[in-house]
Amino acid sequence: MASMYAYLAGIAQSVGLVYFVAMFLLAVAYALWPSNRTRFERAAQTPLNED
Amino acid sequence: MAVTERTLTVGETAGAILCGAFALAAVIIAGLTHHAGYSFHMLVFAAAGAWGCFTIINRAFDGVGGIEPLEIDGKPNYNMAPVKFATVAAMFWGIAGFTVGLLIALQLAFPAFNLDLPWTNFGRMRPLHTSAVIFAFGGNVLLATSFYVVQKTSRARLAGNLSPWFVVLGYNLFIVIAGTGYLLGITQGKEYAEPEWYADLFLTIVWVTYLLVFLATLWRRKEPHIYVANWFYLGFIVTIAVLHLGNNAAIPVSILSPKSYIVWSGVQDAMFQWWYGHNAVGFFLTAGFLAIMYYFVPKRAERPVYSYRLSIVHFWSLIFLYIWAGPHHLHYTALPDWAQTLGMTFSIMLWMPSWGGMINGMLTLAGAWDKLRTDPVLRMMVVSLAFYGMSTFEGPLMSIKAVNSLSHYTDWTIGHVHSGALGWVGYISFGAIYCLVPWLWKKERLYSLKMVEWHFWVSTIGIVLYISAMWVSGIMQGLMWRAYTSLGFLEYSFVETTAAMHPYYVIRAMGGGLFLAGALIMAFNLWMTVRGHQRLEELQVGSPTIVPAE
Repeated sequence: MASMYAYLAGIAQSVGLVYFVAMFLLAVAYALWPSNRTRFERAAQTPLNED
Repeated sequence: MAVTERTLTVGETAGAILCGAFALAAVIIAGLTHHAGYSFHMLVFAAAGAWGCFTIINRAFDGVGGIEPLEIDGKPNYNMAPVKFATVAAMFWGIAGFTVGLLIALQLAFPAFNLDLPWTNFGRMRPLHTSAVIFAFGGNVLLATSFYVVQKTSRARLAGNLSPWFVVLGYNLFIVIAGTGYLLGITQGKEYAEPEWYADLFLTIVWVTYLLVFLATLWRRKEPHIYVANWFYLGFIVTIAVLHLGNNAAIPVSILSPKSYIVWSGVQDAMFQWWYGHNAVGFFLTAGFLAIMYYFVPKRAERPVYSYRLSIVHFWSLIFLYIWAGPHHLHYTALPDWAQTLGMTFSIMLWMPSWGGMINGMLTLAGAWDKLRTDPVLRMMVVSLAFYGMSTFEGPLMSIKAVNSLSHYTDWTIGHVHSGALGWVGYISFGAIYCLVPWLWKKERLYSLKMVEWHFWVSTIGIVLYISAMWVSGIMQGLMWRAYTSLGFLEYSFVETTAAMHPYYVIRAMGGGLFLAGALIMAFNLWMTVRGHQRLEELQVGSPTIVPAE
């Protein structure tokens, strides 16, 4: 039981940490990527131009 | 009038059979169980199932319903009837929940209001209040707005024929089962997760249907990009499903008993409970209502959201941080220290996305600040953002262990929760409903903007009374608990702290009364709006008149 705990905690503190930080940085990069600018500017208008 | 029968669709046939089978099973359980309250609940289920089965078939006989066209004349044929239902239900449950809140506030100040009856004592009324305001009022606001926003921003009709109705009606049936259960003494004793196993299973089916309807509607969208409000709604729906399953992993004693036992034990159970409890705040009361902000504030202000990029960063940072904050509810308990510190650290980090989102909402008004003066509906939504900013500053502060040692188990927590619940969730919901009702019932405007002004001021004074009374009461209570005499004895007995809090309890009840009064003004205003009346008023309160230059 204790070794199982240590094993899972070890994964969480190494692979898990790196994985989550990397995923978050990907999301931030997506938000700030220059070529997405026009797409986001268009999206921002969505609530304002409806049928 | 000529009635044209039609045959049942495949979905309707399946729906009618499922409703009928559900009703039959419920009747059998109702007959076999020895538990009166459980039997009553099974009969409610049976009645609902039988009604569902009858209504589905009856609609076909009358030639109504059926498969509607997705578009009419090239425009989306929006399905707004379930949205209307959830909007009305939200207003109904809101007033019920605020009334019960006022009652339990009075019970704390004057115990005679417990009425000496088991069904009406504080212990049973308090979950009735919390569930009614969070899940019944808040939940219906989220159902109504999410079904509205996903259709409008996708330019597509809501997916499914019966499914959206199953979601709104099933959700409200769950509310009835949960609420009556508390009064009858049926509870699993987990805060904000009180309903027992059979109600939880039913809600799981409703919630999965909700997710599927939402996803299928997004799938139909005409816009290439999924608007950010839908991301927040999706985050809310998915996370609530996961939380609900995790915290309700219970094994019933028997299918004939309402009682169940949770599979987690000891401190793991406590951790699961507050992982659930805090993320009910984070994803139900925050992510879901932020979705409302990202649609209704730009729409009402007629301005695009201040920064779309910030809204994406806001979304992902909220998702990545909130889920870890739960352990701050278990400071100085058997929970390992590292977990407590983790909860505290993530709670403090949460301050950034919270304020980022608040600033994004507020600055959406850039160039339209004058509307704050002329449009009380928009003002309500902006003040809700101010309360959001305030309570998301206070929350991280209270999660710090040193501060928590003073604040925990005191009224400060109650004050904090209500500045978020009344100020943020309440006001953004009121703002959204004030927008929705004229749109849904196709009215030019609300019956009266002056009454919105009255609602705003009456309930704002109510909130201020409520939260300031609870701050003073809570900090006093915490300080009294930790006061020692020079000989090292505790200075105050528990009952002395209770007596000292009495005046603040009375002020709190007054605040709650004002908040309820505001909601009643709102309900009347909406009723008159739906009836098609327009009160004669100056077009805009305090609008400037043009005078010739001299």
